[in-house]
Amino acid sequence: MSRYSALALLRGALTGQKHWQPAWRDAAPKKSYDVIIIGGGGHGLSTAYYLAKHHGIRNIAVVEKGWIGGGNTGRNTTIVRSNYRQAPLHNFFEFALKLWDGMSDELNFNVMFSPRGALFLGHSDSDMRQLAERGDALACDGIDAELLSREQVRRLAPLLDMAETARFPIHGGMIQRRGGTARHDAVAWGYARAADALGVDIIQDCEVTGFAMAGGRVTGVETTRGVIGAGRVGICVAGNSGPVAAMAGIKLPIEAQTLQAFVTEPIKPMIDTVIMSQSLHCYISQSDKGGIVLGGDPDQFPSYAQRGLAPRIEKAAAEAIALVPALSRLRMVRCWSGTTDMSFDGSPIISALPVEGLYLNGGWCYGGFKATPGSGFAYAQLLATGAPHPLAAPFGLDRFARGATIDEAGVGPWPQAR
Amino acid sequence: MLLIDCPHCGPRAHAEFTYERTRDSVVTLDMPPEAAMRTLYERENPRGWDEELWRHSYGCRQWLVIRRHRTMHAIASVADFDDSVTPC
Repeated sequence: MSRYSALALLRGALTGQKHWQPAWRDAAPKKSYDVIIIGGGGHGLSTAYYLAKHHGIRNIAVVEKGWIGGGNTGRNTTIVRSNYRQAPLHNFFEFALKLWDGMSDELNFNVMFSPRGALFLGHSDSDMRQLAERGDALACDGIDAELLSREQVRRLAPLLDMAETARFPIHGGMIQRRGGTARHDAVAWGYARAADALGVDIIQDCEVTGFAMAGGRVTGVETTRGVIGAGRVGICVAGNSGPVAAMAGIKLPIEAQTLQAFVTEPIKPMIDTVIMSQSLHCYISQSDKGGIVLGGDPDQFPSYAQRGLAPRIEKAAAEAIALVPALSRLRMVRCWSGTTDMSFDGSPIISALPVEGLYLNGGWCYGGFKATPGSGFAYAQLLATGAPHPLAAPFGLDRFARGATIDEAGVGPWPQAR
Repeated sequence: MLLIDCPHCGPRAHAEFTYERTRDSVVTLDMPPEAAMRTLYERENPRGWDEELWRHSYGCRQWLVIRRHRTMHAIASVADFDDSVTPC
């Protein structure tokens, strides 16, 4: 793999930029691998990368039914932050956030990570108390959280409707300045390229149709490109965890749901931070291309359709316009959907499964993108050693039976989609 | 968008209805904890047909059993909730 650099670009200028090579090989499946990762999204690719880099395993395949970055990795709203209230969540996401910080250098691929600040708005005294409480919880674990006054929020995001009579009056906020956004496709491409350079086979257009089993343990995967043997198999297909686990006869505490996102026509820079809200489920940021990226609630019923409901678009747009009235002048140019694994406590599952040799990384609900590097790092450790990474240990599949659910929403474990 | 044919109100917009959970995830009061946990939390989650409990929240407020395809969004049947759903 040739290294990307300014010098290489200049050198290429002399030869008409004809030196460019594919970023990763189009590998055909071998007979068997030490580890097979099902799912070539950001999480699967980062898992393969960290497995090869930190655990000395080089005989790895990532099998992907479509193409790299064509699933949820390319469908999210690219927000990166670690300011969750629950300690297991914020410690895990903080670990991921620190990896985001050096990712472009580590991968030699510009993932355009932009720590422009992740701002939560408070719309009432109660919101502000909750934000302060969350900030204190974060501070206890050494994670930055800054409580902002109304005036500070106004200076930070002057286009917000700060009127006392606003539909969602703004009393203040809390910001994590190291949070921000990244280029989602680049994260998948960067990890794919870096993993490929370490010898990982990335096999696209290869759908897993079943598991090969012997003596109660998994010995490989059956795919549309034949049976591939494996010592260990890691499922990493959030959105489709249910159907893939079902091929091994396993049922999960997960329901699939549609989550939509929207983007407006591109315009000059108008919002230079990520705006979220304590009370609304609306998040607003501006992409480097200029489009305002909006997200809202999941559709709240099980679906794999990858197409969403109109009322959700209307709700997200209404909330965004109420917060930033200037957005009403923009045309929405695209909306799209991804299928999310909604787990029943709202937290991910990184765990061994009841079949020996089979592991699961899923249940990311609507928050998987920000975890990409940390998820891969922790999952690689689980796949390599069979023991969970300490920060991922709380995310075991057994937590529902033990009553040890990690419930960020504070509503208790809830055996229905949320 | 789904158009759900409520047995009481006729065809109504999806927005009037609330999804609750799958039909097979209702526990009886005398179920042992282990079985109750499995019933409550473990789902087939198929890319296909499933039977689900819905409520016509902004209509007649009746609980309904809907057989629905999770990829095509086709609805095969909408029926009233009956004793077979809550066997306790």
